[in-house]
Amino acid sequence: MSKTLEIKDLHVNVEDKEILKGINLTIKTGEVHAIMGPNGTGKSTLASTIMGHFKYQVTKGTMELDGENLLDMTVDERSRKGIFLAMQYPNEISGVTNSDFIKTAMQARLGSDEHISLFKFIKEMDKAVSDLKMRSDLPHRYLNEGFSGGEKKRNEILQMKMLKPNFAILDEIDSGLDVDALRIVGENINNMRGEDFGALVITHYERLLDYIDVDYVHIMMNGQIVRTGGKELIAKIDALGYDWLKEELGLEDEEFDNRQHVVLGSCARNPKTENK
Amino acid sequence: MSNEKINKIIGDYKYGFTTEAKDVVNTGKGLSLEVVEAISRYKHEPSWMLEFRKKAYLKFIEMEQPNFGPNLDFIDFNDYTYYIKSSESVENSWEKVPENIKDTFDKLGIPEAEKKYLAGVSTQFESEVVYHNTLKELEELGVLFCDTDTAVRLYPDLVKEYFGKVVPYSDNKYAALNSAVWSGGSFIYVPKGVKLEKPLQSYFRINSEQMGQFERTLIIVDEGASLNYVEGCTAPIYSKDSLHAAVVEIYVKDHGYCRYSTVQNWSNNIVNLVTKRAICSAYAHMEWIDGNIGSMLNMKYPACILNGEGAKGTTVSIAFAGSGQIQDTGAKMIHLAPNTTSTIISKSICRGGGVVNYRGTVKHSPQAVNARSHVECDTIILDDKSRSDTIPFNFVQNQKARIEHEATVSKVSEDQLFYLMSRGLTESQALEMIVMGFIEPFSKELPMEYAIELNQLIKLEMTGSIG
Repeated sequence: MSKTLEIKDLHVNVEDKEILKGINLTIKTGEVHAIMGPNGTGKSTLASTIMGHFKYQVTKGTMELDGENLLDMTVDERSRKGIFLAMQYPNEISGVTNSDFIKTAMQARLGSDEHISLFKFIKEMDKAVSDLKMRSDLPHRYLNEGFSGGEKKRNEILQMKMLKPNFAILDEIDSGLDVDALRIVGENINNMRGEDFGALVITHYERLLDYIDVDYVHIMMNGQIVRTGGKELIAKIDALGYDWLKEELGLEDEEFDNRQHVVLGSCARNPKTENK
Repeated sequence: MSNEKINKIIGDYKYGFTTEAKDVVNTGKGLSLEVVEAISRYKHEPSWMLEFRKKAYLKFIEMEQPNFGPNLDFIDFNDYTYYIKSSESVENSWEKVPENIKDTFDKLGIPEAEKKYLAGVSTQFESEVVYHNTLKELEELGVLFCDTDTAVRLYPDLVKEYFGKVVPYSDNKYAALNSAVWSGGSFIYVPKGVKLEKPLQSYFRINSEQMGQFERTLIIVDEGASLNYVEGCTAPIYSKDSLHAAVVEIYVKDHGYCRYSTVQNWSNNIVNLVTKRAICSAYAHMEWIDGNIGSMLNMKYPACILNGEGAKGTTVSIAFAGSGQIQDTGAKMIHLAPNTTSTIISKSICRGGGVVNYRGTVKHSPQAVNARSHVECDTIILDDKSRSDTIPFNFVQNQKARIEHEATVSKVSEDQLFYLMSRGLTESQALEMIVMGFIEPFSKELPMEYAIELNQLIKLEMTGSIG
């Protein structure tokens, strides 16, 4: 039976600044949605908010999984309910092996009297490692420690395969991946699609979508979903960028790219121009 | 300072329990030359040991408290009993051991026989065949292994040659105290070229005196020999005697290797002041694997004196300070010869208002040409109440030596917790996993059963660290 993740009029603040300004989005298992949009429009904020990151405060709106209120749940409860977030910048945890971590995470989904068969676990893990064409010593390496950018991203997909969520949110999983890796990741996501699995793919390049079959494409600007369509939207953005849409909507550039500019530190100062 | 005051400091001491053992020999409270003489007499010691004890006692009275680290002025030396020998039929009974201690043992999965030993109910393990076999193997190889009191009687020449040489009684006030009133501890001699494959564990030393307040350990690893010694155990050790001052002396001869692993987990009423020092000849290698979890106040800085060319010293340590605890620990590496190398890896954790300090010394003497040292100190502070300082001293007295020092102090990051929790781990599971990973460089050096116990123990210590 299909499951539904339903987000209505979601408003989110980060440090008292409103980033999401009324998101409406419904995803069913069996579907793959893509969210595209220029930098700084709130795509990653949406991803982290669905997972429940401590930093993001929901000020308005609802988020439900099959009628259950996700906003009342802690991060780990959401995970055990079937939400998964493949992170843009996965953390490194020294001293904890990948296999220990994944096994603990799998065990967390079971009752206290159920236990994972070690033999099955190792077999499944080995298969996932080879599906993703990762180094065979991966299970024994420390979680993301010393991994290249691409390895970290593949490791996120590996965790997704092992944990089998109902809804996976993939936050810029394509950054740092070369074409071959992109294809492998795409294949693995396509293979998981089914009546128990739906995905929300966040990207600002259309490249990844060459490898993933998407049903819906949403364009996000200025903290809102401003356009929803099918694959044809991808081709249009590929050809024309986002300017046409900005014009249609009457958005000014600074309205959506209003993040603080990076201020360079002392090493970039020019003493001649200072103290003026 | 009275017991009352000490009790105040430690708060409600969770693990205390009373015993009603009838003491056969008890020197009573307080320390004097008469008490020192009495101890020596009870032990039927040779006169040189009595003389050593007396000289040490006089030095002890004269010496000041250490001029570094936590204040020790609260210690009232007249408030302690320095020697008690319990009657042979130990009258402590398992029934009298409080439930929470039994629970801890259960949670750690400690076998029945060991539990009773740890709770002070039996003075030795039930004689098990495996221990006898181990002892027999050692005997065939010519290895000497017994408690230090026995060694004084059986191997007087060896003991006399090495005892009190690497840690002289005048070294510090607590080394002097130990030298005056020591009792128990391990004596090990590994003959030339004998390499012991299996770790030698202190509890193989059956029929010996129980772990005590003033243990004295002496280990000699002869040329080309190798020893991996594991002292004590990770399980909590309950002692009603609140002042502990042990001395460990180790000699590693040319091309010898010695690893000394210990996890100190005294109950939280103990002041533990330990002097541990090894001296390495040419191309010898000494490794201290040192875990500090228990006690109210713990001062311990395992040292290696690298006295021969190419000698090598390693210390890997952890310290965990919870509520009401001060762990002032570290390492010392004294390079006195060319091409000597040393490594210090120190991992510290504090929570619940605990204080954990790293205090270390690395010294390269003028003779230590091309000496190299690498020091790594990492600390995790788990809450806003707890404190940590890193206090390294580096002395370089020649132009061709190299010291690297790295130190990190961090809190567990929100993003790391979020990452682990997003995979379904609860907040406490996530925190536990991060801390376990943090101490992994230490725990991987322990024999497996110890590593498992240590992990269990840290988990127990971490309980309640959230919310």
